[in-house]
Amino acid sequence: MKILVPIKRVVDYTVKVRVKPDGSGVDLNNVKMSMNPFDEIGVEEAIRLKERGIASEVVVVSLGSGACQETIRTALAMGADRGVLVETDLELQPLGIARLLKALVLKEQPQLVILGKQAIDDDSNQTGQMLAGLLNWPQGTFASKLEIADGRATVTREVDGGLETLELPLPAVITTDLRLNEPRYTTLPNIMKAKRRPLDVLQVADLPAEAVPSIKTLKVQPPQPRKPGIRVSSVEELVRKLREEAKVI
Amino acid sequence: MAILVLAEHDNDSLKPSTLHTVTAAKKIEEKIGEAEVHVLVMGEKVEAVAKASAHIDGVSKVFLADAPHLAAQTAEALALQTGQHLNASNYSHILAPATTFGKNLAPRIAAQLDVPQVSGISMILDAHTFVRPIYAGNALATVQCEARGVVVLTVLSTSFDAAGTTDTSAAIEPVNKVVPDTSGVRLVGRQLSSSEKIELTSARVVVSGGRGLQKAENFKLLEDLAAKLHAAVGASRAAVDAGYVPNDYQVGQTGKIVAPDLYIAVGISGAIQHLAGMRDSKVIVAINKDPDAPIFQIADYGLVGDALAILPQLTEQL
Ligand SMILES: Cc1cc2nc3c(=O)[nH]c(=O)nc-3n(C[C@H](O)[C@H](O)[C@H](O)COP(=O)(O)OP(=O)(O)OC[C@H]3O[C@@H](n4cnc5c(N)ncnc54)[C@H](O)[C@@H]3O)c2cc1C
Ligand SMILES: Nc1ncnc2c1ncn2[C@@H]1O[C@H](COP(=O)(O)O)[C@@H](O)[C@H]1O
Repeated sequence: MKILVPIKRVVDYTVKVRVKPDGSGVDLNNVKMSMNPFDEIGVEEAIRLKERGIASEVVVVSLGSGACQETIRTALAMGADRGVLVETDLELQPLGIARLLKALVLKEQPQLVILGKQAIDDDSNQTGQMLAGLLNWPQGTFASKLEIADGRATVTREVDGGLETLELPLPAVITTDLRLNEPRYTTLPNIMKAKRRPLDVLQVADLPAEAVPSIKTLKVQPPQPRKPGIRVSSVEELVRKLREEAKVI
Repeated sequence: MAILVLAEHDNDSLKPSTLHTVTAAKKIEEKIGEAEVHVLVMGEKVEAVAKASAHIDGVSKVFLADAPHLAAQTAEALALQTGQHLNASNYSHILAPATTFGKNLAPRIAAQLDVPQVSGISMILDAHTFVRPIYAGNALATVQCEARGVVVLTVLSTSFDAAGTTDTSAAIEPVNKVVPDTSGVRLVGRQLSSSEKIELTSARVVVSGGRGLQKAENFKLLEDLAAKLHAAVGASRAAVDAGYVPNDYQVGQTGKIVAPDLYIAVGISGAIQHLAGMRDSKVIVAINKDPDAPIFQIADYGLVGDALAILPQLTEQL
């Protein structure tokens, strides 16, 4: 069984981004970039399925600029077998990405696609569900546990009320939640080995799919700053302030 | 033209998230004029939910799809059924709450229509232009959809008030056809938190604990405080990962977004991912033993000290 894992290169989760003064977007100059944390969890899960003998090949794919090769190398160093970069300088949006991924799925024929539930830059939380919709495959979103047996995936999902378990026939789309696993660290020998693993570069035009963005960003602004607060020195003072000043209790 | 709201419910009762979503639909209606707001209720034995939907202020029609295979509320079955309903009627917008229900379902519907989706809107500027937080709420993007095609949106409950209810009832109509689900997806089971728990996203007061509480048993101190304040209990990711509380307590960029009148963060450092879920609270209190913890930068009232000592005192003095 082949597993396809789409991975996105995003601003590192430790960076607090700044909005550009002209409102055209956030400033990404000299900002640390990493693999989207949910996608690391996806890569880890796929590798574990391979280590358990359930998967035969783990293919990672990233869509974006040439710099995504670095992200793909990270996934290869974790243990993925092969990488694909779909190169473009166009702005990509979830629907376009889902269309390109569908084309790639038809080409690669995986039984399972594991995406992150959400990219931490655009916070869309759409691509996996859209891909499942386009392929008409079942979807197991926000997974905190995944078992594969007898051509079926059993997925425990993190939902607002608690947990839900679904059984899906394969092929299927899974999206990861934080508690699915803890991704491994890459080691130097594995980073060296990863350099020899295949990484194919495709152009968007090589895939039979349209990915022109259909949502326009008109402007980007910083959120309203909160007014500065104060320190209180005791529980008594806190209770008094909440009662008399803030009037919230 | 009409605007369609997908109702969130558990087959027994309508979830408050639907009321907030209807308010967003009404705002769009005001911008277009001459539109109606419809609610689509899909489930099994959901007459009570349909009735409740018909009493929401501003809703002019409720469509009901009632069938056993809709009981589990899988995205596959609901997306097919919604698609069928869209074939039969003419809608300009489809709205769902930005809860795990809507996040799971709406993009699948959008993809089947081959239209994009705008996730988690916080403001409506016109029928095609919306504001939404990105980068964990560190930026607000104003985005515009193309004028052709249905606009699919998910709505942040914290940014739109709950719609009221009326004595008069809108008409309830069965959908023209119930479509079977051929996906083969089966619900194995659910482990849900007690329904007596105060819901995080609609509570007036939220008290949240982090890794600073050090162990699961210490959440008892937080629960005592919550009971005094009629508050919901939340948590940071670190507290959930450590197993102090279940996943549905998590507040943040990738958990629940809350905006209560009062948010008390206890033993939480204030990572950007946590702030994303609570920064719009009216009054924020932080209790942390580290005077330099970033949470103090957005707190209205900060108290430096040991949470385990402070919590019982606070509960007693309220
Ligand atoms: C992809 C991704 C998504 C994430 N999503 C979320 C999310 O949705 N929500 C979320 O919360 N986090 C999220 N995080 C995690 C986030 O980055 C932080 O790691 C997390 O919020 C930290 O939790 P914490 O503040 O409880 O723990 P810590 O950062 O460890 O802070 C513990 C705090 O407790 C204080 N403390 C210790 N002992 C005491 C005491 N006795 N009394 C008082 N104070 C004490 C310490 O001074 C410290 O400030 C996410 C991270 C990633 C990578
Ligand atoms: N440019 C991209 N390249 C590869 N995968 C992507 C890309 N964008 C999104 N994804 C995948 O889709 C998931 C959800 O992204 P989003 O819908 O944008 O929140 C991510 O976690 C990735 O798995």
